[in-house]
Amino acid sequence: MPFLKQGSNESRYLNVALPKGRLGEKVLAMFEKAGFECPSIHENNRKLIFENPACGVRYFWVKPSDVAIYVERGAADIGVAGKDILLEYEPDVYELLDLKMGNCRMAVAAQNGFRDDPQRTLRVATKFANIAGQHYLSKGRDIDIIHLNGSIEIAPILGLSDVIVDIVETGTTLKENDLSVIETIVPISARLIANKSSYKFKSEEIETVVRELAAQTEAV
Amino acid sequence: MQLGFIENVMFSLRTLYNTYGYAQYTMSKFEEYDLYARNKDFLISDSVITFTDTNGKLMALKPDVTLSIVKNSKDEPNTVQKVFYNENVYRVSKGSRSFKEIMQVGLECLGAIDDYCICEVLTLAVESLQHISPACILDVSHIGLLSDLIDRMGVPSEKKAELFKCIGEKNTHELQNICREVGVDDVAIGTLKQVVTTVGKPSNVLPKLSVLLSDLPSWGDFEHIIRALENDAISEKLRIDFSVVDDIHYYNGIVFKGFINGLPAAVLSGGQYDKLMQKMKRQSGAVGFAVYMDMLERLDHTVSEYDVDVVLLYDETADLAVLRGKVSELIQGGCRVLAQREKTETIRYKQLMQLRGNEVEILENNA
Repeated sequence: MPFLKQGSNESRYLNVALPKGRLGEKVLAMFEKAGFECPSIHENNRKLIFENPACGVRYFWVKPSDVAIYVERGAADIGVAGKDILLEYEPDVYELLDLKMGNCRMAVAAQNGFRDDPQRTLRVATKFANIAGQHYLSKGRDIDIIHLNGSIEIAPILGLSDVIVDIVETGTTLKENDLSVIETIVPISARLIANKSSYKFKSEEIETVVRELAAQTEAV
Repeated sequence: MQLGFIENVMFSLRTLYNTYGYAQYTMSKFEEYDLYARNKDFLISDSVITFTDTNGKLMALKPDVTLSIVKNSKDEPNTVQKVFYNENVYRVSKGSRSFKEIMQVGLECLGAIDDYCICEVLTLAVESLQHISPACILDVSHIGLLSDLIDRMGVPSEKKAELFKCIGEKNTHELQNICREVGVDDVAIGTLKQVVTTVGKPSNVLPKLSVLLSDLPSWGDFEHIIRALENDAISEKLRIDFSVVDDIHYYNGIVFKGFINGLPAAVLSGGQYDKLMQKMKRQSGAVGFAVYMDMLERLDHTVSEYDVDVVLLYDETADLAVLRGKVSELIQGGCRVLAQREKTETIRYKQLMQLRGNEVEILENNA
C-alpha cells in the first residue's frame, strides 16, 4: 500500500525561475508571447514571486547564478541559465533549448604581449574554477587557480596571475585594461533548463514551453 | 509505537523483495579500499572515507553496496542468486560537499539472468516506487541500444562520453554540434535527436522507435522485454526515455531511473551491469537497483503536531506509587506521557496535567 496519497505533493503551477536583469526581461517577453502571460509581474513593486492562475504559471526572479540551483533542487520546474553557470556547477538538470540570447564566450585573456612559458605552472585567476580546471586538464597543463569573485581583469596587471578565464562579451573591458583574448574556451548563451523530476510529471506543460520558445528562437 | 514514513517504506520493501524470493544480504561497513580504487567510475562519487586497519590494510567505509555483493558472490554461471539489502553507505553529498551517511535499500539478481529476471527487477522497481507514492514514474532505456546507434553513426570513441552526457541532459543542440564536428550526416543526427526526444508509454513509443532502431543488434533484446511488460499492470508507470544513461563501461542492457512527484531527483536507479561482472572476472550477468531512502525525508508527512499527548507534572509531595500508577493508566489508554516536575517550554503537548494527591487535574487542553 502506498504511504502517500496521489497528488499530495503536486503543484498545479509551472514554476519558472527567471534570471534578474535584462536577459530575464527578454526571456519573460518570450514566455508571454508563448501564451504564459502574467500581468502582475509588470506592476511596479518589490515582489519576487508572481503567478497567473489562469495560465497556471508562476515566475520568480532570482540571481542569475542561482537559477540552476532552484531548478536542480525542484523549487522551480524550469528556468533560464547561462551556459557558463551550467558548465561551472554541472547541475543535474535537462538542458532543453539554446535560446541564442545573451551570447558571449568563455575565454582565456592575458596582458598584451604575454608569452606563455610551458615550463612554469600557469597562474589562472577566475570566477570559474571548474571550467578553467577542466580546460587546462584537457591540455595536460599544470595550473594554479586563483579564485576571485570580481574585477578579474586586474589580476594579471597586478601580477597576481598570468592569465584570466572569464566571460567576454564585447572585449571593451579587456581592451581598456591592456588585455586581450588569447584563446576561446567555449561559446556561451542562455539555455532553458528543466528539473528532471518535474519533466516527468509536468511534461505536457514543459514541452509546450520548449516548442513555443524554439519556434521564437528559430524565427530570429 | 508508531513507525515513521521511511521505516514504513523500508519494512514494506523488505516484505516485497522477500515475496519474490530475494534473501536479505548483510555485510560489514568496511571494505578494502582497493575494490573502489579499481572501479572508481562505477561509484556515484569518487570520494571515499578511508582508514588504515590494524593489520596495515587500507580500508574504506562502504560508498556502494553492489561492488561488495558482486565481489562476494559465487561465480556460478548456471544459477541465479537473488539478494536484497538495507545498508548505510558513505558518500559525498553534492550540496554540502561533505560526507553523508545515506540509507540505501536495493536488490541484485546475479548469475544466469534472463529476460524473466530483467522483467522481474523492472516490476519490483515499479512496485518499490508505488510503495512510496502512487505518483511515480520509471524511465527505462537501453545502454546497449544507444551504444549500437552511436557506433553505427561512426562517432569516435573519445567523443562518446561527451555525447552520452548530452543525451543524459536531453541537450539536442550540443549533441548536434558534436556530431557535426566529427562528420556525422544530418540524417543520422536527426535519428539520434528523435530517439532522445521520443518519450512516453511503451505502447505509444515502441512503434516509433522500431522504425528508427529495429535494425540494430540490441533492438531484439529491448523490444522483447518491453513487449513483455506492455500489457502488465506496471506499464502505466513505465516510460521509455533514452536520456537515462549510465557508464557504458559497466552497464550493457536495460538501465532505469525512478521518480516520485514532489522529489527533485531520481529516488531509484538501476540496470543490467554484465560489464562490471566481466571486469570482476565473473562469467555471468547481473541486474539490480537501489532506492535512496534519504531522499524520502521530504515526503515524510507523518511528523506529529505534538511531541507527547500528555505532560504530567508532579512535585516533591507526590506519592511514588500513585504517580507510577497514573502514568501507567494514561499509557494503557493509548497516550504518550512525559512525567516531569517542571514543564519544558519546547515540548508540544495535547494536555498538561498536574498530579495533586491521588487525583490528576487537567491544566491545559490543546487538542
